[in-house]
Amino acid sequence: MRPFIRMLTPVLFLLMAFTLSGCGEQFIVLDPKGPIGESQKDLIYISTIICSVIIIPTLILTAIIVWRYRDKKGRKASYTPNWEHSTKLEVTWWSIPIIAIIILAIITVRYTYALEPSKAIVSEKEPITIQVTSLDWKWLFKYPDEGIATVNYIKIPADVPVKFQLTSDTAMNSFWVPQLGGQIYTMSGMAMTLFLQADEQGSYFGSGANFNGQDFAQMRFKVDATTEEEYHSWIKQVKDTSPALTMEGFEKLREPGSSEKQLFSSFPAGLFDKIAMQYVNGDGGGHHHGGAASEPAANKDESHPDSSTDAHSHMDMDMGDMGMDMDMGK
Amino acid sequence: MLDKIKDFASEFFVTGDPLILGAQVSIGLSVVAIIFTLTFFKKWRWLWTEWLTTVDHKKIGIMYVIASLLMLFRGGVDALLMRVQLAAPQLDFLQAEHYNQIFTTHGVIMILFMAMPLMFGLFNLVVPLQIGARDVAFPFLNSLSFWMFFFGAMLFNVSFIIGGSPDAGWLAYPPLSELSGSPGLGQDFYIWGIQISGIGSLATGINFVVTILKMRAPGMKLMKMPMFVWSVLSSCITIMFAFPILTVTLFLLFIDRYLGAHFFTLDGAGNPMMYINLIWMWGHPEVYIIVLPAFGIFSEVVSTFSKKKLFGYKSMVFALMSISFLSFFTWAHHFFTMGSGANVNAFFALTTMLIAIPTGVKVFNWLFTMFRGRITFTTPMMWAVAFIPCFVIGGMTGVLLSVAPADFQFHNSYFLIAHFHQVIIGGVVFGFFAGLYYWWPKVFGFRLHEGLGKWAFWFWNIGFYVCFMPQYALGLMGMTRRVNTYDFDMGWQPLNVVSTVGGFLMGIAFLFQVWQIAHSIRFYKKEQNGDAWDGRTLEWSIPSPAPLYNFARLPQVTDQDDWWEEKQRIARGEPVKPLTPLEPIHMPKNSGIPFIMSLCWFTAGFGFVWDWLWMAIPGLIGVAICMLVRSFSYDTDYYISVQEIERTEAALRGSK
Repeated sequence: MRPFIRMLTPVLFLLMAFTLSGCGEQFIVLDPKGPIGESQKDLIYISTIICSVIIIPTLILTAIIVWRYRDKKGRKASYTPNWEHSTKLEVTWWSIPIIAIIILAIITVRYTYALEPSKAIVSEKEPITIQVTSLDWKWLFKYPDEGIATVNYIKIPADVPVKFQLTSDTAMNSFWVPQLGGQIYTMSGMAMTLFLQADEQGSYFGSGANFNGQDFAQMRFKVDATTEEEYHSWIKQVKDTSPALTMEGFEKLREPGSSEKQLFSSFPAGLFDKIAMQYVNGDGGGHHHGGAASEPAANKDESHPDSSTDAHSHMDMDMGDMGMDMDMGK
Repeated sequence: MLDKIKDFASEFFVTGDPLILGAQVSIGLSVVAIIFTLTFFKKWRWLWTEWLTTVDHKKIGIMYVIASLLMLFRGGVDALLMRVQLAAPQLDFLQAEHYNQIFTTHGVIMILFMAMPLMFGLFNLVVPLQIGARDVAFPFLNSLSFWMFFFGAMLFNVSFIIGGSPDAGWLAYPPLSELSGSPGLGQDFYIWGIQISGIGSLATGINFVVTILKMRAPGMKLMKMPMFVWSVLSSCITIMFAFPILTVTLFLLFIDRYLGAHFFTLDGAGNPMMYINLIWMWGHPEVYIIVLPAFGIFSEVVSTFSKKKLFGYKSMVFALMSISFLSFFTWAHHFFTMGSGANVNAFFALTTMLIAIPTGVKVFNWLFTMFRGRITFTTPMMWAVAFIPCFVIGGMTGVLLSVAPADFQFHNSYFLIAHFHQVIIGGVVFGFFAGLYYWWPKVFGFRLHEGLGKWAFWFWNIGFYVCFMPQYALGLMGMTRRVNTYDFDMGWQPLNVVSTVGGFLMGIAFLFQVWQIAHSIRFYKKEQNGDAWDGRTLEWSIPSPAPLYNFARLPQVTDQDDWWEEKQRIARGEPVKPLTPLEPIHMPKNSGIPFIMSLCWFTAGFGFVWDWLWMAIPGLIGVAICMLVRSFSYDTDYYISVQEIERTEAALRGSK
């Protein structure tokens, strides 16, 4: 009776895995619609299989040992109370996990470099840029090339890479559209880059994944991937029919509170820069007194001792790019 | 005047929530009831001399266990409230603000005020007995550690009814936890509650390292120590290096909030990400701190109930120590998505995977301890056996999470929630329960009812899988942690309902445990023999409960499982070790200073929370006075005479 639960456990787990593959629609992480999410799904499956190769035999072995060596009258199994060491056996089970981990490690490292979020997606099409700002408790999206802005809503053309530049107005959040690919933090005072792409048209769920205060649960948004024509006509429509986002409008938007979907035909020039740099040039920062967007970006290296990595140097470049984008937007 | 008092009271007490009002009333009533009972039965003096001032490691251990079980109750109620809220989409059972407070306190309480004290309780109850010592190295400090923990926990818990609970998550990431994000008092209660109890934890870590290194019975070489003692040593060494980081980090956050500094603020060139790094430099070792002793407990239990020597002793020791070392090099895997770049992520992914190796080896060693053993399924053993599949699966999902690029999809989702609950409940809680059931007869001198214990066991286990397996799936469905509400169209409800049912099954399991303890006390049957389970290590060679001085004669250790070998020799009719003559035993005297000093810390902390310097400063002065008084008191020890030892031993061991 007792070892049943032990045997039941792997069965339960397999059952779960089965259900997962069975009704894929709701398991959005395992039903990606873009290249990044696709690779991450592959990696999830590969690592699960590698682990299972060790885990499942271990669970079976556990059940057998617990069953066979239970104490009962007339038991035939042997009993060796002083047997406590066997070099051969111990070397075996030091090696099994070591080998598995080496294999997994090699795969992980390769994917880590391949899927570095700031790495551009290879495509013959020019990426579009969307600037993402997490506010208390809503998402502001700006299309610098198109000059429009949205709240809690994104429309993108399918098959075109999207370059997300991300920052936060206050507390940290995390931008996550599971069907396109993994998340990245939005942090105030710095800009991150994340490339994603939708291969199929459709409507995808997105949310803020990192807790940032009271109405955190309301930080959901929809990502609609459409044809390029539809995308462009939508842009035109927004430009023609929606109100403009003024600086006052933005100040109102950043007040704490949740929000419905909103569309804006334009937004104040350099707004993303201002948000990302607001604390660098703040009253408190004694030694930061640069005016140009690029200078604070360079200063940032001093204030972030850990910034000597690829991502951050990349980020500085983005800052430069972004300034240019802004000018073009004007 | 009346209005002023009213204003103050409405600010001072948390108002406006019927749940909290209910709790306030019931807390008030229980305090009155406790005071009445103590007064009516004239137990105040008994409470003071026997418990509040005790330096006896066994009594301190019991107090730790009681406190942690109370905290388990509170944290569990928090968990069930959350599960109710999530059982249906867009439910209005808990408002966002209240929900945020509840998940914050649930996390803090379960890790810092439930798992940690339960672990320290077991350290106290068992380690001195297992190494053949009469107390820990620093009994006064031990008492101080307990009271620092206790008053820290009280300070944290009082925020529930006074001032308002913290609501920035259990690790309180800035800038949300800075004044800009959390202007309320809850965050200050968080800082001071954890800070005060954290100092106690650090002291306990030091105390047990010294105890284990210096107080072992003659002949007990390091490589002859019971595996639990090894696990305590590795855990305490980790505490010594990890807890100072916590203290400094929280202190910097305090300076930010209290004095307007800019360590982790947004403006003034503060860097919130530095906090996240620092807190996880403590936070990751912390989870190994609590799980390592559980590994030690499983080693003892599996070996005892398989009637077999622990397989691969040296491997086990090496694995424990390497886990403790590696635990300091994995912290950044908690934020692969911070954008530190591929080099950093690759490094921390690999170090995280490395930990899986020694952990996996330990599982095989436990399995092969049972292999060719003679396994009896008592309650402690059932917990140990249930632990293996649970921890193996939890460990596997941990390895999945360590695959950095895949973690971009798992991070902050319910997949992560399911993972760490599986390793913490399946590893730590199951382990501590195994330990508690195993050593209960030794500590209290009576057994717990096995039948009720088995009911509790099955409810816990089934409840666990029903609760947390669906959460893996929910994570893959895109459900993020800490959401208090979700939409109908996500399809998250069915699995959330299942999960809630599982949560309540575990709640029922807890009630069975309470019933089990109550039943066993009601039908109290004294243990006739100190060796309840046919044990292997020194603690089973003395009567249950152990006398004040533990060992009338210090044991002379010759073997790894010394008591087992001794019993084998007796059975074979070989000569047993000769008895040395009794000598007077040197013991520490009780002291009220730890209690008073911790109370002063509580006062100071409470003062700082409210920014009442008139309260904080006297509190700190009180702390200083306590230190001075202790420094100049010389009458701190005494001797138990040989006659008294003889009397006690004769009473405890009967005619023997």
